[in-house]
Amino acid sequence: MIEGVTLFEIMSLTTILFFIGIYGFLTRTNLIAMLMSLELMVNAEAINFVAINKYLSPTVMQGQIFSLFIIALAAAETALALAIILHLYRLTKTVDVKEVKELKY
Amino acid sequence: MNEFSYIYLIPLIPILTFLFLGFTAKKIKEPVSGYIGTASLAAVFALSVYTAYKYFFEVGMVNGKYEPVLVMIKKGWVNFTDKLAIDLGILLDPISAMMLIVVSTISLMVHIYSLGYMHSDTGFSRFYAYLSLFTFSMLGLVLSSNLFLIYIFWELVGVSSFLLIGFYFEKPSAVAASKKAFIVTRFADMFFLIGILMVGYFGQSFDFETLNSESTIHMITGWIANHQIFSFMGLSIFTWALILIYIGGMGKSAMFPLHIWLPDAMEGPTPVSALIHAATMVVAGVYLVARLFPLFYHIDNGAALGVVAVVGAFSALFAAIIAFTQEDIKRVLAFSTMSQIGYMMMALGVSGYEGHEGLGYMAGMFHLFTHAMFKALLFLTAGAIIHAVHSNFMKDMGGLHKYMPISRWVFLIAALAISGIPPFAGFFSKDEILTAAFEYNKFIWFIGFLVAGMTAFYMFRLYFRIFHNKDTDYGDHKPHEAPFTMAFALVFLGIMTIIAGFIPFSELVSADRMPFHSEIHWTSPLVIGSILIAASGIGIAYLMYYKETDYPQKFASGMGAGYKWAKNKFYMDELYIFVTHKIIFDKISKPIAWFDRNVIDGFMNLLGVTTEKAAEKIKFIQTGRMQDYAMYFVSGVIAIVMLIVYFRN
Amino acid sequence: MDILTLFVVVPVIITLVLVLFTKTLEQARMVTLIGMLVQLGMSINLIYKYLETRNSGDHSIMLFQKNIPWFSEFNAHYHIGVDGVSVLMILLTTLIVIAGTFVSWKITPLSKEFFISLIVLATGVYGFFISLDLFTMFVFYEIAVIPMYLLIGIWGSGPREYAAMKLTLMLMGASALLLVALLGIYFTGSAGGQTPTFDILELSQREMPFEWQKIFYPLAFIGFGTIGALFPFHTWSPDGHASAPTAVSMLHAGVLMKLGGYGIFRFAMFLMPEGALFWQDFFLILAVTGVTYGALSAIQQTDLKYINAYSSVSHLGLVLFALLMINKTAWNGAMLQSLSHGFITALFFALIGMIYGRTHVRDITKMQGMMRIVPLLSVAYVVAALANLGLPGFSGFVAEMNIFVGGFLNNDLYKQALTVFAVTSIVVTAVYMLRLTGRMVFGPTTKVYTGLPKAFWYEKVAIGILVGFITLIGTLPFWWLQFIEDSVNNFIQPLVSK
Repeated sequence: MIEGVTLFEIMSLTTILFFIGIYGFLTRTNLIAMLMSLELMVNAEAINFVAINKYLSPTVMQGQIFSLFIIALAAAETALALAIILHLYRLTKTVDVKEVKELKY
Repeated sequence: MNEFSYIYLIPLIPILTFLFLGFTAKKIKEPVSGYIGTASLAAVFALSVYTAYKYFFEVGMVNGKYEPVLVMIKKGWVNFTDKLAIDLGILLDPISAMMLIVVSTISLMVHIYSLGYMHSDTGFSRFYAYLSLFTFSMLGLVLSSNLFLIYIFWELVGVSSFLLIGFYFEKPSAVAASKKAFIVTRFADMFFLIGILMVGYFGQSFDFETLNSESTIHMITGWIANHQIFSFMGLSIFTWALILIYIGGMGKSAMFPLHIWLPDAMEGPTPVSALIHAATMVVAGVYLVARLFPLFYHIDNGAALGVVAVVGAFSALFAAIIAFTQEDIKRVLAFSTMSQIGYMMMALGVSGYEGHEGLGYMAGMFHLFTHAMFKALLFLTAGAIIHAVHSNFMKDMGGLHKYMPISRWVFLIAALAISGIPPFAGFFSKDEILTAAFEYNKFIWFIGFLVAGMTAFYMFRLYFRIFHNKDTDYGDHKPHEAPFTMAFALVFLGIMTIIAGFIPFSELVSADRMPFHSEIHWTSPLVIGSILIAASGIGIAYLMYYKETDYPQKFASGMGAGYKWAKNKFYMDELYIFVTHKIIFDKISKPIAWFDRNVIDGFMNLLGVTTEKAAEKIKFIQTGRMQDYAMYFVSGVIAIVMLIVYFRN
Repeated sequence: MDILTLFVVVPVIITLVLVLFTKTLEQARMVTLIGMLVQLGMSINLIYKYLETRNSGDHSIMLFQKNIPWFSEFNAHYHIGVDGVSVLMILLTTLIVIAGTFVSWKITPLSKEFFISLIVLATGVYGFFISLDLFTMFVFYEIAVIPMYLLIGIWGSGPREYAAMKLTLMLMGASALLLVALLGIYFTGSAGGQTPTFDILELSQREMPFEWQKIFYPLAFIGFGTIGALFPFHTWSPDGHASAPTAVSMLHAGVLMKLGGYGIFRFAMFLMPEGALFWQDFFLILAVTGVTYGALSAIQQTDLKYINAYSSVSHLGLVLFALLMINKTAWNGAMLQSLSHGFITALFFALIGMIYGRTHVRDITKMQGMMRIVPLLSVAYVVAALANLGLPGFSGFVAEMNIFVGGFLNNDLYKQALTVFAVTSIVVTAVYMLRLTGRMVFGPTTKVYTGLPKAFWYEKVAIGILVGFITLIGTLPFWWLQFIEDSVNNFIQPLVSK
């Protein structure tokens, strides 16, 4: 429960964040930028977890623990994704997804 | 019956010989294999003669009737149902005892003859192996106690005939002939098999004694009388079954229209022609009708027997006409065989059942017996001639009486016998057939009478053209008389041809197995007529062929198209080839094969191809670009959310 | 370990030995041969035990039963047992695998893997013949079908990928139908709240509603029928056989195709008798069509393997035909025909492989007069041809006669007419068999092939085994029929009592 801030406002914020992430993911061709968009989406979810947990059942901590997990996972995921991107860059000399079509039919 | 418990040896010895010679064909060379084969056959011959003697004169006759003797070897070899079974049993009765003598005598003579004839042939051992196989099958056939068992041996003689016709397997014509013989007889056997199935279904048994018994006949005639069984075209289904069985017999016995394989079968070695295609296998059809004679006679008042008579008479005439025109001596003899078998069929067909009424039956079997002797003799002599001249054609012969005296005399005896000149064997049997036919139907008698004259003519045409006529110049290779083994067989059969006619056959073989007395009425117009027509046939042949004359050419050109038709065997072969190749192969089989490859298999392939094509079409969704996938994913999620929202409200 | 489970365990042990301890062709074939001889010993022992048990008065429907729960959630059991027919089928499998081993004496490359696949295939077949539980049966059936893909795809000839793919896909398609049918039986087979079961002996005691039988019977029939070359689902067989290596053709045509008829006999008809009677006339038409159609197609073929494949369509059509006649005599014939055709067709494929291995040609118009070149193989070919066209003294005759007599004994003009129609196939068979031997075996010798090696000892052994058993069945049919009758009497019961 945060004074003067309704759940609706927080949810609007996370929704906007999330869809910015989706938009970025779909439109940017640079892999780094896509990764950043992905992070945006993940963080929007993390906020959601915390907020909904706080507003609905303030006594249990499940949502907050979840968001901690998400943060940890996001870190691991970023590391992995960056490794892949780096490797890809070594192979193809580009980080543009339009140029990388190895997994095509 | 314990007296005959040894009888299984009669078929067993030849089959063991076959297996032995077959497995050692590489190691045992000429002439040892020939001696082994001949020795085993001699044993079979001795056993057969002993058996027949014992049957006819010691054991068989019970209260003035020859009772059948059944020796069961394996009951229930195959049990189809409780009643229908193939039992391996040996049935000894007058006709099988008589056939034992015929088969073992001719086979032994052919074995001896072939020692000389097949001399230095590469397939000598193989030849003797096949001969043993054939002898086994034929002995099995005549001794069978069961309709299905006879079918088994029927097929086995067919295959032995196939192997022996195609003996010179490197010669394409021999291979074709063997194939033709097998397939034509197989075609007939198909009807035989269907007939057997029907007889089994209605008669409730495959056993000859049960089928021929009065109770079975009574049962079936009862059904027919009460219209309890199906009838077709005015004849009961059982009669049709008998006719189908008879078609099987027609195939083996080369009756019109299933005769086409017989002339081609002459591609085989000549002793084989004598054994299989003159004396034994080709009379199997006659034997089959005789075996089932009570059924043939009693069901539908002998309607099936009428068919037998008509087919027999027609074939006799048909073959005699063709025999006029053939140039190959073996083919003349082949058509003569067909004609004589037609005679036997006719005799069975016109026969009654009891006592003297059964004259035709007895005459048919008698003719079978005498014919086996003189026709085998004719073929073996022809073999000796071909051996000497190295040609099958009459134009290459002439004046041979100087070179081959023994062959000439035995050939003359045989020719007189087949023409029906007393006192040779053929006269007696043929005369009785004509007497029986006269009592049955004047028209059939007239055909028989005519064929008797024609037979005399073409046989003496053959005789004169081979042994007299022109003096052919044989160059350095003077024809020589046959070697001892061959001459022995010829002389033996010559003696048989002279004496066989005097066997009191009616005392031994009759339709109802009751001996009766029959004798030749020398003064009856029938007898005199038949002698006269035979004599006139010989006379015409003498005029036309004793010296080289131009009558034959004049006669041939006088007949015009008729002569050409007869010479080409009335184009029966061409008709068959048309039906099989043009219709069955091209119009049925080829479309089916096409249909299978293109429609049925095509449909399966189409399924595969369609799947592949569809995959080909939809694979472009997989662009390999992450953002496209994300786009699908997001669109999907949005769509689902919208649907849920929509349906919630 | 009970006597039957050994049949699936021993092959696994052989496979392990092959995987772990062998390297070369010589080692692999020796291990396989020894293993297969052990199997042969087991088969003979099984026959002996079987006869002993039966003679001691045990007339239960299945002998040597073993029932172990396998997937208890589904109530699927590892339930095995044998009766006369399965005993003979096991013997057939053993002999054909042995003959196949001899025929593949010089198989290269990947000889070890070849023998492994062959044994896995055999394992599946053994398992199929002993299982009394639909689930177990289906598992073994799939085990038998899969190695076929590898065997054809790797060691085959000609368009082998295509053939392997076609064969496997069609058989898989059939398995799919079969699976639906099995599940159908499982769920609807026991009316009235009993626990669903896969066990055929239990299922046969329960009532399956007629409306369900009507739906699932044709699925099961077509599922089994496809592998039994039921017209019009037979087209995998010519292509598959043509590309398969010799031993595989032998095993496939000799044993695997028998699973079809056997499955219909053991499972489909036994569990759904009313459905079988309902669909009888329809499938009879298909079976009879297959009989004559296969024979007529064979006339036009020039490839040895195609001739034989179509001949199999015709002869196995007779098996299905006889089964559909629902009559003891015909069923005896059907089972005997399965056995007989197994040996005959294996002999054919073995010989074709041997001849092809020498001439590298399978087209009969290009070979003539092989008799002088390879006498033993040619004689064996003639023997096989004669056996195939139903010559007495060989196995085909007895089997076919049982079928025809059985078919004709139905008091039904329609079935008698169909029987007459089927009888015509004996002539057509004679035509194509003699045409083949006339062209290939007889005639003037083809010069190109003179000097080709004569039969080797291992080829002679293979031929000897097969010809020996063809003759044994043909001359002593009563010995073989005692096994079959015993089984048929039990399994026809639900059908004739309806």
